[in-house]
Amino acid sequence: MSSVAVIDYGMGNLHSIAKALQHADSRVNVQITADAMVIRSADRVVFPGVGAIRDCMQALNESGLADVIREVAQSKPFLGICLGMQALLTDSEENDGIACLNIFPGHARRFADQMLDGDGNVLKIPHMGWNQVKQTPHPLWQDIPDHSRFYFVHSYYAAPDDQRDSAATADYPQAFTCALAKDNKFAVQFHPEKSQTVGLQLLQNFLAWDGNA
Amino acid sequence: MSLAKRIIPCLDVDNGRVVKGVKFVDIRDAGDPVEIARRYDREGADEITFLDITATHDNRDTIVHVVEQVASEVFIPLTVGGGIRVLEDIRRMLNAGADKVGINSAAVFRPEFVKEAAEKFGSQCIVVAIDAKKVSQEGEESRWEIFTHGGRKPTGINAVEWAVRMKDYGAGEILLTSMDRDGTKSGFDLALTRAISEAVSIPVIASGGVGNLDHLADGITQGKADAVLAASIFHFAEYTIEQAKKHMQARGIEVRL
Repeated sequence: MSSVAVIDYGMGNLHSIAKALQHADSRVNVQITADAMVIRSADRVVFPGVGAIRDCMQALNESGLADVIREVAQSKPFLGICLGMQALLTDSEENDGIACLNIFPGHARRFADQMLDGDGNVLKIPHMGWNQVKQTPHPLWQDIPDHSRFYFVHSYYAAPDDQRDSAATADYPQAFTCALAKDNKFAVQFHPEKSQTVGLQLLQNFLAWDGNA
Repeated sequence: MSLAKRIIPCLDVDNGRVVKGVKFVDIRDAGDPVEIARRYDREGADEITFLDITATHDNRDTIVHVVEQVASEVFIPLTVGGGIRVLEDIRRMLNAGADKVGINSAAVFRPEFVKEAAEKFGSQCIVVAIDAKKVSQEGEESRWEIFTHGGRKPTGINAVEWAVRMKDYGAGEILLTSMDRDGTKSGFDLALTRAISEAVSIPVIASGGVGNLDHLADGITQGKADAVLAASIFHFAEYTIEQAKKHMQARGIEVRL
């Protein structure tokens, strides 16, 4: 039986993601854990997160999980979600600038205030709701139609230094990177665990993925 | 193409059963919340909101069980409101599988609660629910006030100013209900919806008064809402969520189909 560790560092509710992983594949052993040993021995690792980046990085650094994440992100299929994606970047503009894990070179930037949609209405921040995702070919998009809608809720977005790390974009109103991919690592800004059929498919793809792009 | 406008069916739950009050009285039984939530998910609901109207504290656990059951098989955002008064209430709902909680009268009694909740759990899961009623007279400039106790008790608080304050305190979203329209099936209070939506930078969900599909579309196009919430038109199968979305799309609104 394969296993997936969902990293628990006190940032948000992990039950949704655990339930969705279990639903995506009933045979997989899903563990919500803060234990470095369990994370190291799992076949796959999910790194979720909601909230503010300062609290996130503080929790990761104080618990020592930052080093564990850097280590397992080199070796096994690894999925970052939402704040877990932003934390993989070099740094974030949030909370007056916070150094992050630097696994994907790049920056988390805030959406500009007073952006307008096509009809001249001011776009709300956070970017909240179902938006279309334009894919770059990757095994994790298998059986998911291009431009499918996923559920987002965030005010900051990833700006990778190397555009080749971008695995998908969404428009708000300009295109921004909403998925990152490199080697065995994949990360998404949206919430697959809240994105109904297409979200469950992405999680199922992750649970079947060998980590080769 | 970009972000879709959302349709959110709302389930008023009393002692574990879905009910729908007209102006919060005359309550009709509309069925089992888990079964109804499943149907809404299949029909393409963008989120589901549960409003717990159970009066007695002892029976509050029933809503936790409902949320747990729904969250284990429905993978779209779930919001729970009603009786959220302390941080522990929020934690309990999030642990049960809710993604957001709606805070209403507790915010009116002690606005700092919203600040504490947003700091503790993040703005993304804090929805401030506002029940507003028009208090201006015919011919005067429109003015709405916050009411508590199901629309019976005035507070003297200006609704637009309150929405801005709640946003400043860390609310991630506003759920705006017109108490004049709730249960009347005569459409949203569009002027109220627009006034609040244009005053805050966070998303606004319009609620109260939906009687047909044009009302939903009007909430977006004229009310400038980011999402529309309705209960009875979906519970009693007058319309499906899918029909509502197709209608909105025909009116030029971007939806998830």
